Amino acid sequence: MNAVADRPLGDYARLQAALPGQGLPWLERWRAEALAAFAASGYPTLRDEDWKYTSVAAIENAVFDLLPPAGAAPAEVSAKLGAAIEALALPGACLMVFVDGRYAPALSRLDALPAGVTVASLAETLARAPERLQAWLGRRQFHASPLAGFAALNAAGFADGAYVHVDQGVTLAAPLQLLFVASAEKLATHSRNLIVAEAGSRLDLIEQHAARGAAGYLSNVVSDLAVGPGAAIAHYKLQEEGARAFHVAAVNAELQQGSRFASASFAFGAALARTDIAVALAAENAECTLDGLYLADGRQHIDHHTRIDHLVPRGTSREFYKGVLAGAGRAVFNGKVVIHEDAQHSDAAQSNRNLLLSPLAEVDTKPQLEIWADDVKCSHGATVGQLDPEQIFYLRSRGLAAAAAQTLLTWAFAAEMVERVPLAALRERLDRLLRARLPQSGETLEVWP
Amino acid sequence: MLEITNLHVSVDGKEILRGIDLVVQAGEVHAVMGPNGSGKSTLAQVLAGRDSYTVSAGSVRYDGRDLFALSPEERAREGIFLAFQYPVEIPGVANIYLLKAALNAQRQHRGLPELDAVDFLALVRDQLKRVGMDEALLYRPVNQGFSGGEKKRNEILQMAVLQPKLAILDETDSGLDIDALKAVADGIEAMRRPDRAIILVTHYQRLLDYIVPNQVHVLAQGRIARSGGPELARELERRGYAWVEAAAAGTGAAA
Ligand SMILES: Nc1ncnc2c1ncn2[C@@H]1O[C@H](COP(=O)(O)OP(=O)(O)O)[C@@H](O)[C@H]1O
Ligand SMILES: [Mg+2]
Repeated sequence: MNAVADRPLGDYARLQAALPGQGLPWLERWRAEALAAFAASGYPTLRDEDWKYTSVAAIENAVFDLLPPAGAAPAEVSAKLGAAIEALALPGACLMVFVDGRYAPALSRLDALPAGVTVASLAETLARAPERLQAWLGRRQFHASPLAGFAALNAAGFADGAYVHVDQGVTLAAPLQLLFVASAEKLATHSRNLIVAEAGSRLDLIEQHAARGAAGYLSNVVSDLAVGPGAAIAHYKLQEEGARAFHVAAVNAELQQGSRFASASFAFGAALARTDIAVALAAENAECTLDGLYLADGRQHIDHHTRIDHLVPRGTSREFYKGVLAGAGRAVFNGKVVIHEDAQHSDAAQSNRNLLLSPLAEVDTKPQLEIWADDVKCSHGATVGQLDPEQIFYLRSRGLAAAAAQTLLTWAFAAEMVERVPLAALRERLDRLLRARLPQSGETLEVWP
Repeated sequence: MLEITNLHVSVDGKEILRGIDLVVQAGEVHAVMGPNGSGKSTLAQVLAGRDSYTVSAGSVRYDGRDLFALSPEERAREGIFLAFQYPVEIPGVANIYLLKAALNAQRQHRGLPELDAVDFLALVRDQLKRVGMDEALLYRPVNQGFSGGEKKRNEILQMAVLQPKLAILDETDSGLDIDALKAVADGIEAMRRPDRAIILVTHYQRLLDYIVPNQVHVLAQGRIARSGGPELARELERRGYAWVEAAAAGTGAAA
């Protein structure tokens, strides 16, 4: 055990005893490797190119509990927490609930799953059928960069998460909601999701992070998704963490021949949030769309780093992120698209648009295209703007109050991303959240569109 | 209803209106004409409350009150409506939503209950027919992707729904084909009532073939250079604006 790793994972021996997969040599090896990797890398610093605008000193300096308080087993969550979770459940969705990083089967609803679909706790699967995971956990192809920093911490310390496996040709009609709820103050959780969609299967996944009863904590989550040939996964990430929370997340997708991956990241909460989304177009005719919407108000800091690797010919990628910055809110958008040497006939488009509502708000946006092939179609662009005074005056000249006009225009700007979500129940939920989170709140508008 | 006295307006330090005097009574239609750049839109926008213009002197009374003490939204709720020369596009906000929000803001201001959805839709549909507008445009974002004519009709639709006391129409007739012009003119003519005043800002005489104004004013060099009856518009059509401008310049030099 060394001093650097000591900080984030504390008394690792004590933590390790509580981690799943004891006695699995391959897993123990991987965890040890990850721990060593973190010891070598430490936390990222502003000197790291990818962390230039996001300081994690606050995470480094915070003291976290590593295990949920004794006696607060998720199975026995209070009635109050149970009701709060029920309110977060999306109508019509299959539901997997994690409380403080641990699966809570009593709060979950998985009875409507079709045959050919496995949805289980990762910890339980490590205990019962570890052979199903061995090939996938830590699979190098998911990750564009070597194991370090938060990803290494997660590998060394993950306690639970969702394991989803969809057999060949199977379609999940109802979306699957993975709901991570933080209820314990000061807790650090490392959660890991593994999603495998076999050839021709289809799955809509909602990965939601919310706080009920806790405000300050660390949630460090990794989701790895394998999209088989001709398969389609939609991954909606909804981040509404507590006001003082730290949220660090990675979404890694590997796309096989003719598959489709649609990612949408909605980042509304947390004091400091960083989401890395990496998509590898690993076989021909794969297609991905990356949508995102971030709102930063008060002193929130919200960072998205996305990376799309076109590794082979004829891949298509579309990326569209929007941000609203108010108060002293700060956002970072870094979207990298790499067209590798072999990836002829790649088609990539990327756009990032930001709305600045306050002179103290700030955004650092950097769309990046790296092209090593010569026959490709690529475009990118970023804008940072303010509300249009002509539009505000037009609305006021029709009788809308100035504040209402501003709220309406801000909503309209952001709602475009919500409207792109094809799931009606989720769209409705997102719109409600958006309205509640809009700067100067919804009180300014009596009737919403 | 409206009493403008010695109004001076500047933008970026440049004086655009240089002493406008104009009185419009309820029941009247006044045409304000003038060459491009003479300040017609400036006058219209200042009356609606546009804050990028600076009022450096003069006063405007509306229904006996100081107009400049009211915010743009208060003016709207008090019955002033400006049809924009260049209607603004509002992406993401449905046309029907704006109509509803505008009408409700006005009704609330007057202590009236909100119209329910059924009554509101009936009212809007009725006005749509009069303006000759496609119902599909109600559900599109405000003015976005509308043709020039559709934008102008949309302004008339808003006016018809809001039933203002004072309507200011800034070149609502320009850029319209003859059918659209007729529809817009009918829409305006239908608004004529003893308790309503209308200011028609126009560059051409042709709208005045359909709507006969009580008075015609010619704006030149930031002043009302000439006022008269409907025959003045016809004279302008025949002779152009140059002679009025020359006369105004003469007056300016003499003053
Ligand atoms: N926002 C502005 N900034 C600078 N100049 C302006 C602005 N608006 C109008 N002007 C100037 O004021 C004058 C009058 O313009 P306007 O009122 O639009 O005239 P009209 O409607 O009669 O064509 C023009 O010379 C125009 O260039
Ligand atoms: Mg004009």
